[in-house]
Amino acid sequence: MSDLVLLLVTGVGLGALYFIAASGLSLIYGLMGVLNFAHGVFMTAGAYAAWLTMGALPDGWPVAARLVVGVLVAVAVGAVVGLVVEVVLIRPLYRHHIQQVLVTVGLSLAGVAAAQGIWGADPRPVERPEWMSGTTDILGARLPNDRFVYLLVAVALFAGLLALLHLTRLGLVIRAGVENRTMVEALGINVHRTFTTVFALGGAAAGLAGVLYSQYAGAVSPAQGGSLLIFAFIVVVIGGMGSLTGTAVAAVVVGLVQQLANYYAASGVGDLSVVLLLALVLLLRPTSLKGAMA
Amino acid sequence: MTESNPSAHESSPAAPVLTLDDVHVRYGGSHILQGVSFDVPATGVTALLGRNGVGKTTTLRSIIGLAPRTGRILLEGREIQDRTTARIVRGGIGYVPEDREVFGGLTVEENLRLVDPDRGVDAPVVARLFPDLVSRRGQRAGTLSGGQQQMVSLARVLLRENVLLLIDEPTKGLAPKLVTEVADVLAEVHRTTPILLVEQNLPLVRRIADRVVVLDAGAVVHRGAAADLVADVDLTRELLGVSMRRQGAA
Repeated sequence: MSDLVLLLVTGVGLGALYFIAASGLSLIYGLMGVLNFAHGVFMTAGAYAAWLTMGALPDGWPVAARLVVGVLVAVAVGAVVGLVVEVVLIRPLYRHHIQQVLVTVGLSLAGVAAAQGIWGADPRPVERPEWMSGTTDILGARLPNDRFVYLLVAVALFAGLLALLHLTRLGLVIRAGVENRTMVEALGINVHRTFTTVFALGGAAAGLAGVLYSQYAGAVSPAQGGSLLIFAFIVVVIGGMGSLTGTAVAAVVVGLVQQLANYYAASGVGDLSVVLLLALVLLLRPTSLKGAMA
Repeated sequence: MTESNPSAHESSPAAPVLTLDDVHVRYGGSHILQGVSFDVPATGVTALLGRNGVGKTTTLRSIIGLAPRTGRILLEGREIQDRTTARIVRGGIGYVPEDREVFGGLTVEENLRLVDPDRGVDAPVVARLFPDLVSRRGQRAGTLSGGQQQMVSLARVLLRENVLLLIDEPTKGLAPKLVTEVADVLAEVHRTTPILLVEQNLPLVRRIADRVVVLDAGAVVHRGAAADLVADVDLTRELLGVSMRRQGAA
């Protein structure tokens, strides 16, 4: 029983990380139709920004305080990187999907190479607050505390994005744009400004994912964003491109499948089972779990 | 090109609200519009007619920048061909597309608040022309009937101050009763705002249009008074391939 509780909680915690990484990707694809392979670079940028920030703050500060500041910087850096990438690289290529893919793939490769050139290829350890490294006993299971943090952040992000989509004018324009970008523009709304905002939002969420994933892994490394991006893409495809609720459900399912397969089959089978799950969903329901923004 | 009753074409003393001058549209290897030129007077309804596939919808889309075009397009004397679609629309051109294109996942209220964030369904024009929408404000637009969706599509553009409306086949696929309702709305609207109307329904054209411009193979082949065209059975059959006898009254 305690094993199952542990697996469920850690699986949901991992799913929470996947959701944070995938939410921006889903928003960007849903509105703009851009398959952003550079999303991993946004995550890496956030992770390194937080690591550098935490290292630059006075040692006398508690690690948790430095982490909070690091998270804020990571979110800001992710947003700025997203904004710049949209304005400089994506905007000139709207409606040129192949070129967009090539540019974002190229950026992802260049980003990893740049990080390796500056900080080296080896993982750099990150500091973790003591509480996040500890465990809490629930139903006989010793549950890692960091998973609760990821879950809390993911729930807050999900609620915040839902509120943005349903309670603000920007959200209204995004939901309309997901359905029909051309018609939004034909109503006199500057959809390109919305694109930039959404890209910055997606970058901010990626920056957040990057720093939390570095906490999960205990280190930052140049290829970290790319690793997380693979699972984020799987989550977005299973959940339905552009569907926030579908992305949340898919993230939890993927996290649970991965954890359960790793435990009950063999270590490493989790990744394979996630890919099989993706294949199964695409075969049985090509439109995926949900096809519209919600 | 034929031109019937030139006086109808030339009788508008005011400058045209819209001028197309040698407009070309190419998609891939296809040359869809081949030097289209015509004026839309600042009053009344100008019907853009032609057989299927001659470039009527493309003409409207080229005007608001949804089709890649060359040539000059002037709105109230100012060139707009280099502006973005959103800027052209904010400059005073309202566009009602073929097949309505309402946002099906949004409510009626949300569809209207996209254009008028402050009033939406509460705008006086909605209560006056589309009272049915007021009671359906919370209903998802995708669940509305075709006629109701057309009303949403029309209401959306009327929430903005327009100097010209481009309306593409507003009665397409509608039941006769709804065609009459749409015609009533257009008849009301054109008193204050000129309309460039793409329409296959000749009785509707006869009822509300003042002038016609007929396209064939991407070029203007006829322009003149609407009444003259629909009264001339042979010319109607020659230009449009149909006659009034084959269509019911609007």
